[in-house]
Amino acid sequence: MNTLDRAVIAAGFDVERVRADFPVLNQTIHGKPLVYLDNAATAQKPRAVIDAIVKFYEVDCANIHRGVHELSQRSTAAYEETRAKVRRFLNARHKQEIIFVRGTTEGINLVTQTWGRTHLKQGDEIIIAGLEHHSNIVPWQFVCEETGARLRVIPIDERGELILEEYEKLLGPHTRMVAIGHVSNALGTINPVARIIRMAHAAGALTLVDGAQAVPHMPVDLQALDADFYAFSGHKLYGPTGIGVLYGKTELLDAMPPYQGGGDMIRTVTFEKTTYNDLPYKFEAGTPDIAGGIGLGAAVDYVTRLGIDKIGAYEHELLLYATEALEQIPGLRIIGTAREKAAVLSFVMEGIHPHDIGTVLDHQGIAVRTGHHCAQPVMDRYHIPATTRASLAFYNTAAEIDALVAGLYKVKEVFGDD
Amino acid sequence: MIDDLYQETILDHSKRPRNHHTLAGANRKAEGYNPLCGDKLKLYLKMEGDIVSDAAFEGSGCAISTASASLMTESLKGKTREEAMKLVDKFHDLLTTDTPASRDLGKLVVFCGVRDYPARVKCATLAWHTLKSALHGSEETVTTE
Ligand SMILES: Cc1ncc(COP(=O)(O)O)c(C=O)c1O
Repeated sequence: MNTLDRAVIAAGFDVERVRADFPVLNQTIHGKPLVYLDNAATAQKPRAVIDAIVKFYEVDCANIHRGVHELSQRSTAAYEETRAKVRRFLNARHKQEIIFVRGTTEGINLVTQTWGRTHLKQGDEIIIAGLEHHSNIVPWQFVCEETGARLRVIPIDERGELILEEYEKLLGPHTRMVAIGHVSNALGTINPVARIIRMAHAAGALTLVDGAQAVPHMPVDLQALDADFYAFSGHKLYGPTGIGVLYGKTELLDAMPPYQGGGDMIRTVTFEKTTYNDLPYKFEAGTPDIAGGIGLGAAVDYVTRLGIDKIGAYEHELLLYATEALEQIPGLRIIGTAREKAAVLSFVMEGIHPHDIGTVLDHQGIAVRTGHHCAQPVMDRYHIPATTRASLAFYNTAAEIDALVAGLYKVKEVFGDD
Repeated sequence: MIDDLYQETILDHSKRPRNHHTLAGANRKAEGYNPLCGDKLKLYLKMEGDIVSDAAFEGSGCAISTASASLMTESLKGKTREEAMKLVDKFHDLLTTDTPASRDLGKLVVFCGVRDYPARVKCATLAWHTLKSALHGSEETVTTE
């Protein structure tokens, strides 16, 4: 038995049983068993999530918040139940602070377009980090352009960790917002967000956390973190695409103008004046992704049942195993070696382009992501155009890491010097 | 099979690209960029009247895009502007349609395997997009998007 198996058994995590919950994993690609290592892009869905969506369409389908009829009451109850589940899962104070959006991207845009446009002015500063996903860069650039505010960036060091001394220097009387990724999708770095938030608050600034890569892999306690806004995507949490959450503190959300206008977000409408609905509905105009919301509830249940602590512990063991295995491959360099890391392995291979690596691995049934991972500034920092990225989930196994290593030797065989 | 994509000639040209340098006396230049993979390519042409008398490129990318640029520069030499433009279309057809490969493509037929890899078509066409803009005399960066 190798050390990983031992650690796994110690953690009480039965990966083979868990794998059986994910129908998509049970297939071959180009004649080889699928090895899915692109979980940071989107995670696979357990049967429970798929069943919840099917049940909604087969049994309970109706619009929400509108009808007095039975189906509408059922669908409304199921959809709203997800709000309660998410509140509990992330320990938010109030249910009304959980706003349904399409995903992390829309959550951040909601904040920049409502809070940003009404609170920022010439001379104000927004701080982000050099690790951000484009979705936590571009929306801020839009609002900076509109308001005259300025974007400042915390640099990262060679390991891919934020340089906190530089952050401290950037903080000042002009800082209005610190918008920071919790976990980097490109490198896996886990940022010390609790500390970053405390420092921001001490400087009188608000905080937004992009939790897209954190919520699926580690416990998140919103009250303990004290983040003012926090966004994540359902599809990376083993839930459906098209649904995500923006959390915001009640007093901030109350003071913000609505995001979009339409049905559900109003209390009264006349042609002279419209009054807005209460939280969270003020920010939820129009018919939402009801099936997605219900599926997200099933995903939260599933992850809760497995235990997010156990998931994190297992994935960490897998990360250590994979890191050691990849480091043995001559000519391979791991990009991003932060001391606190989620189970993401970004790497380059001498003389071989990531696209070619990705194609050859695909032929071995192995799905990885290649490219800049929507984080071009990170690639620029390392002076590389792209990396190959294996991002792990709790249904991955040590044997799959071995398959990845074998696949990479095949890559060397095809492209090696001869 | 993976060998259908990475044929011997492609591997050879990706490992030892021909005409991979700047070009003294070039009078047409263009830059190409594939935002998907971050690959950048600079293409140099030396036109004598209507004839491409020499071609070279700089930049590095994946095996498919490097081999494509290398083989393209080889096949351009001595072609008229119009012949070169026609070759662009024929190469594009080779990658995106089922029509039998044109005989004018010569060695370039080794890229026929790319057809089965839609995600890689842009790698193979980057040099050719760039060629088009060089022949049109516009100097701005073209992208594959
Ligand atoms: C760190 C991070 N932030 C934001 C996003 C954007 O998420 P979505 O595309 O679901 O809106 C992603 C997803 O790729 C991500 O990894």
